[in-house]
Amino acid sequence: MKEITITTNKISNMVNGHFHAWGWEVPLYLFLGGLTAGILIIASVMAFRNKKDGFALSSGKLSLWAPIILSLGMVFLFLDIKHKLFVWRFYTAFEITSPMSWGSWVLLMVYPLSFLLILATIRESYPGIFSFVNKFLSFLKLDVLFRKLTEFSEENYKIIAGITIPFAITLGIYTGILLSAFGSRPFWNSAMLGPLFLVSGLSSAVAMVILLSKEHKEKSLFTKVDIALLLTEGVFILLFLIGLATSSAQYKAALALITGGALTPSFWIFIVMFGLLIPALLELLELKGRNINPKLAPVLVIAGGLFLRFIIVEAGQMNSWLPY
Amino acid sequence: MKKYGMVIDTKLCVGCGACVVACKTENDVPEGLHRDWIVEEVTGKFPNLHMEIRSERCNHCSDTPCVASCPTGASHIKKGSNIVKVDPGKCTGCQACVVSCPYNARFVMPEGYVSKCTFCDHRVEKGELPACASVCPTHAIAFGDLNNPMSRVSRLLRARKFKTIIPEAGTDPNVYYLI
Repeated sequence: MKEITITTNKISNMVNGHFHAWGWEVPLYLFLGGLTAGILIIASVMAFRNKKDGFALSSGKLSLWAPIILSLGMVFLFLDIKHKLFVWRFYTAFEITSPMSWGSWVLLMVYPLSFLLILATIRESYPGIFSFVNKFLSFLKLDVLFRKLTEFSEENYKIIAGITIPFAITLGIYTGILLSAFGSRPFWNSAMLGPLFLVSGLSSAVAMVILLSKEHKEKSLFTKVDIALLLTEGVFILLFLIGLATSSAQYKAALALITGGALTPSFWIFIVMFGLLIPALLELLELKGRNINPKLAPVLVIAGGLFLRFIIVEAGQMNSWLPY
Repeated sequence: MKKYGMVIDTKLCVGCGACVVACKTENDVPEGLHRDWIVEEVTGKFPNLHMEIRSERCNHCSDTPCVASCPTGASHIKKGSNIVKVDPGKCTGCQACVVSCPYNARFVMPEGYVSKCTFCDHRVEKGELPACASVCPTHAIAFGDLNNPMSRVSRLLRARKFKTIIPEAGTDPNVYYLI
């Protein structure tokens, strides 16, 4: 036998259920960060297409969502932070070994890039917003600068998109590395989380395009892309599980959480079944001409992406090197 | 440089909790939060049972995931020593360090910043022992400079069998347990 008693109190897996540093805010932030990365990757890649017809959303309107969704994510990040008045401290240091530090600086780069990306297509995509901002800024005598910046973005559309892609990829991967860098939490401690969260974020963004697009051509292309992304995500999840299964005892104990343990039903039902397999199948049938509600598959993909973050963030905290 | 360490004799510790109370009093640790704690571990099969009592705390590791994961430099190693500390003025309360510690030795203060055992460095600076070591009724907790071969901790580690907790986590802990 091996019985452990904590005779005094301790921040412990045994006291108050289990160790719980991060609640719902962090997975939500990781999801929205990944979604922003996906949106920026799509909007940037579409900049390199010369024909814009039939792709009004992905090659124009979509980029406006990036700073909005990212800002929403930042709100949740702020809610998670416990010493709120000191949040500015993220920007008084760059710690090379801390993924969180990398992340906060990457976020700072992503904002101006996404604004330039929006300006590059704003006249076509959102003429109403363009004239409103123009009028509003003319009060502040900043309208000339705004128009010049818009012209600059339009002229350098492809260059801006080219610079945005690596930053967006870094943002997507960072949401996974943030967790995988913690050697003390075996469930998270897998390099697969970076690419997995990137592909999942991209897939959620593609689902968003399918959901919001009004053009058949655009929907059909992105449905094909989504099937490929969902399959890739499935392969990455499999590799992630193989990594845990073939590692040392603590990692096997982490895997047990989703192979018979407390999180088994939620992992296999909400992530694998409803988040990956069923939407992939629905999209495949849709492409073959079956009459299926076109909103169903993308909604499932987005919900699956959300569940993926929630369950992984939870699982990592339910398992550690010490049994107490 | 000083390399402070603690050597705790599990053959002497009776789990009275005086170290826990002393720490809470000395460092004003709020209710419900603890910088140190007592673990009783019973192993074996009846009637051949073995009980070990340990007073545990931050291990002031030589390889510190908490310092590495801190995005602001709030988690740091005190100059001229190996004492791992948190600067509340730099801490955002993001809890990256809390999550990175394999010993779960860190916690969030009611004010929002992260706190932990400091080896009572404010006492050590004055040449005193950490509060927990100073009150131990069985003298089970020894504290000193591991770099000094004549210190009590170095001599104990030369003379006795010892272990550290989960050395396989790879953080090179500096709190030793005599067994």
